[in-house]
Amino acid sequence: MVTNVTSFGRSGLYDWVIQRITAVVLAVYFVALLGYLLINPDLTYQQWQALFATTWVRIASLLALLALCAHAWIGLWTISTDYLTADMIGAKATVIRFLFQTACVVLMFIYLVWGIQILWGI
Amino acid sequence: MKDKRPRNLDFSTLRLPLPAITSILHRVSGAFIFAGVAVLLWLLSESLASEEGFARVGQWLDLTIVKLLVWAVLAGLLYHLIAGIKHLMMDMGIGETIEGGLLGARLVIAFSAIAILLTGVWLW
Repeated sequence: MVTNVTSFGRSGLYDWVIQRITAVVLAVYFVALLGYLLINPDLTYQQWQALFATTWVRIASLLALLALCAHAWIGLWTISTDYLTADMIGAKATVIRFLFQTACVVLMFIYLVWGIQILWGI
Repeated sequence: MKDKRPRNLDFSTLRLPLPAITSILHRVSGAFIFAGVAVLLWLLSESLASEEGFARVGQWLDLTIVKLLVWAVLAGLLYHLIAGIKHLMMDMGIGETIEGGLLGARLVIAFSAIAILLTGVWLW
């Protein structure tokens, strides 16, 4: 089995499964939220605030946020290891790929903390 | 040291049929919406912070530039979602032939175009 320290589950099979489970979580969350906005065209602040104050909406939102981080990491890792390679961009590829992946992780972490702050700050 | 390990195909030399283009777009849209999440979190943060913040988000969404930005992020999300559903269907063994792959790619383009247009109508 091929393992790689920078892939998410340390193996391609784990990443493959995690990518699909998180995809379903994100799809359900996105469609539900979009549907809510579609059926509430005259949304008020009170309704909106009450929605996100509900425990299960917070649970679903945090789940979606965590799923987003894992899903985005696996996707961006795949992109970076496919295109940011010596064959594609030359000798500096490893450094560039490392910096790109670092930037992705930092952004994911910011999203996670920011998202928690939004959800529990209200 | 000479590296004699086998190399992957150099895909920059390959011709791209429609299913390959929809696959690349799936990746492009994924990277794009990862950045776009910042816009969505910013809108969510403002809209939940206070009554005034909620009203401000409403005003921002009246601006064409903000509308275009939100539309772009939603378009990326919808394309990524529809291409992702096709991907999961192919994982289950549906449409794995050359003809099936081409049909799937065409359906992804068609459904995404409709969904993105409807979202535009909804926003304006």
